[in-house]
Amino acid sequence: MELLYAITLGVLTTCGVYLLLRARTFTVILGLTLLSHAVNLYLFASGRLVAGAPAIIGLAERSADPLPQALVLTAIVIGFAMTAFVVVLALKAAVELRNDHVDGENPDEDRA
Amino acid sequence: MNHALILPILLPLLTGAGQLLCYRAPFAVQRLLGFASTGWLVLLGIWALATAGSGDYLLYQAGNWPAPFGIVLVLDRLAAIMLALTAVLGLCCLVYASGGTDQRGAHFHALFQFQLAGLNGAFLTGDLFNLFVFFEILLIASYALLLHGGGRARSRAGLHYVIINLAGSALFLIALGTLYGLTGTLNMADLALRVAEAPAEDGPLLAAASLILLVVFGIKAAILPLLFWLPRAYSAASAPVAALFAIMTKVGIYAILRVFLLVFALGEAPINATAWAWLWPLALLTLALGGVGVLGSDSLRTLTAYLVILSVGTLLATISLVTPAALGAALFYLIHSTGMAAVFFLLADLLGQQRAEGYDRFSATGPIGHRRVLGTLFFIAGIAMAGLPPFGGFVSKAWILQASASEPRGLWLWGVLLASALLVIIAISRTGSSWFWRPGEMASPYPLRRGLLTLVCGMVGLNALLAAFGHPVMGYLELTAEQLLTPRGYITAVLPEALASATEITP
Repeated sequence: MELLYAITLGVLTTCGVYLLLRARTFTVILGLTLLSHAVNLYLFASGRLVAGAPAIIGLAERSADPLPQALVLTAIVIGFAMTAFVVVLALKAAVELRNDHVDGENPDEDRA
Repeated sequence: MNHALILPILLPLLTGAGQLLCYRAPFAVQRLLGFASTGWLVLLGIWALATAGSGDYLLYQAGNWPAPFGIVLVLDRLAAIMLALTAVLGLCCLVYASGGTDQRGAHFHALFQFQLAGLNGAFLTGDLFNLFVFFEILLIASYALLLHGGGRARSRAGLHYVIINLAGSALFLIALGTLYGLTGTLNMADLALRVAEAPAEDGPLLAAASLILLVVFGIKAAILPLLFWLPRAYSAASAPVAALFAIMTKVGIYAILRVFLLVFALGEAPINATAWAWLWPLALLTLALGGVGVLGSDSLRTLTAYLVILSVGTLLATISLVTPAALGAALFYLIHSTGMAAVFFLLADLLGQQRAEGYDRFSATGPIGHRRVLGTLFFIAGIAMAGLPPFGGFVSKAWILQASASEPRGLWLWGVLLASALLVIIAISRTGSSWFWRPGEMASPYPLRRGLLTLVCGMVGLNALLAAFGHPVMGYLELTAEQLLTPRGYITAVLPEALASATEITP
C-alpha cells in the first residue's frame, strides 16, 4: 500500500508542478488543484497508513491517528475555497485583459 | 482564564460578519462599526503591551484543553508589539479609506476586519497548523482587498499574487505534514522539545521541513528569489490597502522569528543554523536589490514597494546575526519601516490626486497643486524614510550599525545598508525636486483633503515620537529580544509539566 500511495503522490505532484508552470491560467489552476490533492494525501499519510482501524482509541486493538484526518478536512475546505476564488479571479482577468495568459499579455499578439 | 486574549481575533471576526449581514444599512453604519472595532483593537494592543511588559507569558487555552492537545494562544512581548502595531496601522488606514476609497467597491469594511482578524490570529497562535489557518484567513482577505476597486492592473497583479500564495500554502502543508509525521505534534512548544530530542537520522528531514517553512515565510516576507510579485501587487492596490499591506511582509518576518527562534532552536546542534546561513546572504542581496529598485522605479508607488523590499532585507540581515542587540535593533526598525512605508503609500495617493495627469508616475511632468504644503510634507517624510535624524529611522539604523559592528561579518551589512540608504536619498530627492522644485503654479489646483493630510502628518509625527521616546522603547525591545532568545521560558509557560522531563536538553 505504501508503494502505491507514494507513486500516486509523486505522479500527482509532478503533474501539478508541470501544469503550474504553464502560461495559461486554466492549466495553472488545474495544476494548483492537483498539487493540493497531493498535499492533502501527504498530510493524511503523516499519521501513518493503517487499514481497518477506527480513529477512536479502545474500539479495536489498533487505532488510526485522528489528528491528520482533522487537519486534512481543514486543508480541503480551505483549498476548495481558494480554488473557487482563483477560478473567478481568472475569469475576471480573462474578460478584463482579453486573454488568458498568466502575465495578462499575449506575447504573440504583442509582436504583431 | 482571562478571555481578553481571544478578543483581538474574535472582535474583528464578529464585526466583519456583522458588516456583511447589514450591508444594506447606511454606509455610515458600516464605517462606524469598523472604527469601533479597530479603536477597541488599539486599546487591546495597549493592554497587551502592558500585560506582556511584565515578562510573563499570557496563555489562552481554547475550550480549556491543556497545551499539547488543545489549541493555545500565547501572548509574549513580540506578539504584543505586533498586535499594537497592527491595530494602530489599521486605524490609520481605515481613517484614510473613509476618505472615499472604501466606496469604490463592495464590502471594504468587512474585508478589512477579516484581514485584521487573520493578522492578530497569526501573531497570537501557539500552534503551527493554526498559524497556517490564520495565514489563509489574512491571505484571502488580502486577495479581495487587493482587487478592491477593480481595474486591469489590479486583476493582473492579483492573479500573480494569488497563485504564488496558493503554491506557498501547498508548501506550508507539506512542511507541516513532515513535521507531524516525525514528531506527532504541531504545538510549537511541544514541537521544540520533540525536535531537540529527535534521533540523529531524522535530522535531515527536519532540516528539510524547516527550510520549506523558510521558503513559505520567505514568500510572505519577500526575500530575494521570492519577491517579484511584490512591486506589482503593492503598486496596484488602492492607497489604504497598500498601506495596510506594509504589515503583511512583517507577518512573514514574525513567523521566521517565532519558528526559528523557538521550534528549531533547541538541541545540541540546532537545526536553525542552516536557515540562518541561507538567510544572511539572501537578505543582503534583497537589501541591495531594494536599493537598486528604488532608484529604477517609474512611479512613487513602485518606489515605495521597493522601499518595503529594502526594509525586509535590512530586517532579515540584522535578524540573522542572532544577538540580543541585533534583534532589538531589528524590532525597532520593523516598527519604523512599517509606519513609514504606509505613510509613503498614502502620500503617493495624496500627491497623485493633485496632478492633472499621470497620477504618481515620474514620466509625467505637469505642475502639482498646493506644492508648498505637500512639498514640505514630502521633504519631512523623505527625511524620516531615509533614516536621517531626528526621526525613528535614524535611531533604528544607528542601533543596527552599532549592533552589527561587533560581528566580523557585520562589515558587509554596514556597506550594503549605507549604500542602499544613499540610493534611497538620491531617489527621494530626485522625486521631490522634479515635482516640487519648479517654477509655475497650477492654474486651478484640486481641493486639498485636509483631513487626510492631517492624518499623514500625524503618522509622520508618530515616527518622530518613536525617536523622542527612543529610550523606553529600546528598553522594551531589548527585553523582547532577550525573551525571544530564551525559548525555554516560552516552553515552560505553555507546557508546565514537560519542564521536569526536559531539563537535560541544553539550549
